Amino acid sequence: MIPEIGHFALILALCVALVQGILPIYGAAIDNAALMSVAKPAARLQFLLVLTAFGCLAYAFAAMDFSVLYVAATSNSQLPLHYRLAAIWGAHEGSLLLWTLILTIWMFAVTLFSAHLPEATRSRILGVMGLVSVGFLLFMLTVSNPFERLIPAAPDGRDLNPLLQDPGMVIHPPMLYMGYVGFSVAFAFAIAALLGGNLDAAWARWSRPWTTVAWCFLTVGIAMGSGWAYYELGWGGWWFWDPVENASFMPWLAGTALVHSLAVTDKRGGFKVWTVLLAIMAFSLSLLGTFLVRSGVLTSVHAFATDPKRGLFILAFLAIVIGGSLALYAWRAPRVGLGGSFAMVSREGMLLANNVLLVAAMGSVLLGTLYPLFLDALDLGKISVGPPYFDSVFVPLMVPALFLMGIGPLAQWKKASVPDLAQRLKWAFGVSVVSAITLPIVMGNWTPMLSLGLLLAIWIVTTALVTLRERLMHITGSSVMERLASVPRSYWGMLVAHCGIAVFIVGVTMVKGFETEKDVRMNVGETTTIGNYTFRFDGAHDVKGPNYTAARGTFSVSRDGREITVLYPEKRRYPVQNQIMTEAAIDTGLLRDLYVSLGEPLDDGAWSVRLYHKPFIDWIWGGCFIMAVGGVLAISDRRYRPAWRRETQEAPAAVETARRKYA
Amino acid sequence: MIWLALMMLLSGPAWAEEARPLGDDPVVEARLKTLAVELRCLVCQNQTLADSNAPLAEDLRREVRAMIVKNMSDQEIIEFLVSRYGDFVLYRPPLKLTTTVLWVGPFVLLAVGAIALVVALKRRGQKVADAAITEEEHRRVEQLLSEGVKRS
Repeated sequence: MIPEIGHFALILALCVALVQGILPIYGAAIDNAALMSVAKPAARLQFLLVLTAFGCLAYAFAAMDFSVLYVAATSNSQLPLHYRLAAIWGAHEGSLLLWTLILTIWMFAVTLFSAHLPEATRSRILGVMGLVSVGFLLFMLTVSNPFERLIPAAPDGRDLNPLLQDPGMVIHPPMLYMGYVGFSVAFAFAIAALLGGNLDAAWARWSRPWTTVAWCFLTVGIAMGSGWAYYELGWGGWWFWDPVENASFMPWLAGTALVHSLAVTDKRGGFKVWTVLLAIMAFSLSLLGTFLVRSGVLTSVHAFATDPKRGLFILAFLAIVIGGSLALYAWRAPRVGLGGSFAMVSREGMLLANNVLLVAAMGSVLLGTLYPLFLDALDLGKISVGPPYFDSVFVPLMVPALFLMGIGPLAQWKKASVPDLAQRLKWAFGVSVVSAITLPIVMGNWTPMLSLGLLLAIWIVTTALVTLRERLMHITGSSVMERLASVPRSYWGMLVAHCGIAVFIVGVTMVKGFETEKDVRMNVGETTTIGNYTFRFDGAHDVKGPNYTAARGTFSVSRDGREITVLYPEKRRYPVQNQIMTEAAIDTGLLRDLYVSLGEPLDDGAWSVRLYHKPFIDWIWGGCFIMAVGGVLAISDRRYRPAWRRETQEAPAAVETARRKYA
Repeated sequence: MIWLALMMLLSGPAWAEEARPLGDDPVVEARLKTLAVELRCLVCQNQTLADSNAPLAEDLRREVRAMIVKNMSDQEIIEFLVSRYGDFVLYRPPLKLTTTVLWVGPFVLLAVGAIALVVALKRRGQKVADAAITEEEHRRVEQLLSEGVKRS
């Protein structure tokens, strides 16, 4: 009965979505207030209906209702409750329901935080989001129904893929989808502005915080996925250029470009046409990502669904959304005004150069991801495009972008002079070059890539310091604290996010340059040393988990004779799918990770064991979280707070003028 | 006696035997590693030969190791693998007619983007006199933002 209620809620949601997608947009076109006022309640109702459906599915999982096909396919009576709930998005149908739920959450958020928007704009935004939702609901109801019954019911379920039975998998997909789907808001703003012909600075100001929030979620989501791969796959890698990873990385690159391009449009009114195109691109890539992962067109670590009917539906949906919005773009965009003039060497110019680099990088990831599919489809042979390709293409495109990142924030709007910039940055440049060359020598391993990585990281940090110092000099205020406080939060956000990139680069560079790895055969009592740490194997014994059996090894780790920690890597066997999983044991530290994973049992109690010493690896994810913190700081800036709230908390006058001058 | 026990406790690990590496020759293992990260495990979904635990990957690694021991060059080993399994086994696709676009594409994209940017900026510079957002416009935006609040 409960699944039927869920199914019925989805049907109702589709009806509401249709109303929400048609009436308000039409109302905005003919300036009919009654029709426009439908948008807000419809969006909220749709949210409640999809939430109901989601709750029903969650209930079916919690109650182990194996008469629901999807529940039977992705869970098992032995599976613990939290993983049964995470199994909601463990496969195709439920992921789409999660996608739709998150879309309606964003819609609901728009209804809450759009009081300052003109009625017509808000109606169009919600209308566009409603139309996107129609597509997804229709998809679920026609070819991918999570509530489909299995009669007679299965005695037990086929279980969740053991790879996904992990705390990281509980939180990673919702975060990622919050990011993916969050770009639908920027997309809806862009389409609404194109429809209404009011693509102005206000539009950019409104969409900026939404875009930044989505970008933050996506950043954290990708970082979590990468962390999950690191400890769950048991190979010690953190990024595999897997098509599914690429599918989430492409919207991130486009979204990053969008965040920067919106800055130009907001501050200087320029390049609206390009910004709109990026907004369309970011969301289209999110849809494409969903399509790639969910249609089974790829066969990769993460893609679990295979069904051509679904692939065709998503392809058609993609064609309609992308084609439709591009057609609208071609029709309406040329009418948009140009905005302020600026020289090629200026902050605008550099932000746009960064956009070109980011989009080119995104294009190469897209090319590398789709190329093997095209060759295969055209029967021109099967090839593999993997990490060596992406590394050799991606790095040369990113290096100039990272170099520009240091200069951009220092360049004046409109027109900057190269000699002047060189003068202001000579110290930062000198410090970066000298330390990039000497540091690896001091650390005992000089390679060009190591130096390059450190150069970029130090360059980003030193230029950020120069930027901050110059900014503080321009601000009138007595104490340093007061001056620091008067720097707007969005500015802090920018600096913090950029430093996050630097932290990330340090992590990547140091791991690549200094990680050590050992494959050994260890008998009980034997030791091996890696990166000054001595591991002693104290044997393995069998343990029983809730839905698996495992051999658990014990490794005592010591340094200079003192025991530091004990690690327990496992080799698990999940009987339902008869799958073997390697659970690595990791001792995490600020400056290094120690990573042990069990290979195969050998004769007389010995095991093949893989050990890693990975310096600075946690900086990779730390950097991503710092980037996201930067984003959060940026949106907490008072310029995004609604006007009425701003009036109640006026800042001191001196600070206010300073802010006006330099904002 | 107590001293002896303490010493045993403290220096326990030092007395333990050193574990043997899985491969016999570390030089061979290092070469195998550099080769294996560029090769695909043919039966896995998307894993390098170095990462995979699949039995077939283990076999292939053994074969590559044997070839290294036979003193074949990297080039010869890769040629042998491609002749047996096709380009699919290589994670770095070889540059040939069908993969030209793949290898050249990104840089063409960058060049086109850069040229487009310069051209667009030049053309734009001619069209726009200084029509930057004026104080007036800024006020209008602020007004619009606050008006919305009153209206709703």
